[in-house]
Amino acid sequence: MLTKRIIPCLDVSGGRVIKGVKFLEHRDAGDPVELAAFYDAEGADEMVFYDITASSQGRGIMLDVVSRTAEQLFIPLTVGGGLRSVEDMTAMLHAGADKVSINTAAVQNQELIRQGAEAFGNQCIVLGMDVKRVEGGSAPRWQVYTHTGSDGGRPRDLDAVEWAVRAAELGAGEIVVNSIDADGTLEGYDLELMRTISEAVNVPVVASGGAGTLEHMYEVVAEGKADAVLAASIFHFGTYRIAQAKEYLAQKGIPVRLA
Amino acid sequence: MTEATITIVDYGAGNLRSVAKAMEKLGRSALITDDPEEILKASAVILPGQGASESAMRALHQRDLVEPIKDVIEKGVPFFGVCLGLQLLLDSSEEGPSPCLGVARGQVRLLPPEVKRPHMGWNQVTLHGTHPVFEGVESGSYFYFVHSYYAAPDYQSLVLGTTEYGVQFCSVIAMNNLVATQFHPEKSGALGLRLYENFLKSMVDGNGGG
Repeated sequence: MLTKRIIPCLDVSGGRVIKGVKFLEHRDAGDPVELAAFYDAEGADEMVFYDITASSQGRGIMLDVVSRTAEQLFIPLTVGGGLRSVEDMTAMLHAGADKVSINTAAVQNQELIRQGAEAFGNQCIVLGMDVKRVEGGSAPRWQVYTHTGSDGGRPRDLDAVEWAVRAAELGAGEIVVNSIDADGTLEGYDLELMRTISEAVNVPVVASGGAGTLEHMYEVVAEGKADAVLAASIFHFGTYRIAQAKEYLAQKGIPVRLA
Repeated sequence: MTEATITIVDYGAGNLRSVAKAMEKLGRSALITDDPEEILKASAVILPGQGASESAMRALHQRDLVEPIKDVIEKGVPFFGVCLGLQLLLDSSEEGPSPCLGVARGQVRLLPPEVKRPHMGWNQVTLHGTHPVFEGVESGSYFYFVHSYYAAPDYQSLVLGTTEYGVQFCSVIAMNNLVATQFHPEKSGALGLRLYENFLKSMVDGNGGG
């Protein structure tokens, strides 16, 4: 049976992991290459690197990090952050990324999804979206935000569910949904959001933002219909190990790959 | 004995480097090439792949690689197909009108609409026999898949492994000197590397190549 995936995400800037990973002994907690190898050994199903510098100088460093990671990581690696063109994607894929993730650039230029999918196949193109629940109204609605790296981001005139459907039609092979409301709260995912999007599209949906407990992870795959969970703090701070998360899910009847 | 160089067919598809890195991790040198002569004299060939069969077949024809690939399989050179590199071995694909390599009788079909496509992630392979490449690998082990089409060979005798996703499909083909997987061993962690290692030890080194 296809398993639900657990995907640690590392924010990388200037070749170093930002925020670090706090529980590692005898390791360089800021080195993305070492951390990727560590999470692989822990049973991570994939890895994501998010490049939060995205300056041209930073891009060169990131390509080097991706290349060194790919030398020793034999699980899929997705790289996102600041990719604006097919040329940017090509460089990351040649460096050794298996998938590229685009977010703001895709909202600004929807054709980028189609161009990327035509060049590399749908399976290579991940659409990331940051969304916020719209208060009021009878039916639940969520709005897409871009530039969320700074000042809370910019609201766009774009409905999250419609955007997910459109992106899948254009060729996104996977959609990562990050709830701005839930992100960092450790109070759980926005289950209604995840379920609504997962049921609206016929590509895998990855839930992001809000995990504080293992029960939250269970809820988002069981009730939220997510195909995978992206997690940062919950693993980096050592609150839980990946194996613990997988055992918890397995006990509750969720198919996972136990390392 | 000098260990054989592994020849990886380059037809513009993705993940060539990751296959080469897996070989290097196992201490082997890998040659990524689109030169028909290099393929014809190879001791072992890997046909990787990702993307669409139609454009892949076009790329193979443009580079005059179709006949060399068929030749090495016919000659008994150890051969490993990965993902699209498995699908291309069949006669044809629902993905497009061009004939595929026709090394194995059968067709490539689209996964049913009830399941999300691509089939992306870790899924189990049920083994229906023993094979040196799967030495030490239990039936039901997990490997990493990413694809929307699947191979449906006419002869069940070629089907070494199957996987469930909307349908039960052929995820491993084995015939003579050839083995091919719908999943990506180079993305399947330690177990995936083990398959390549088994391939090298049992089919390549034992073949007098090098």
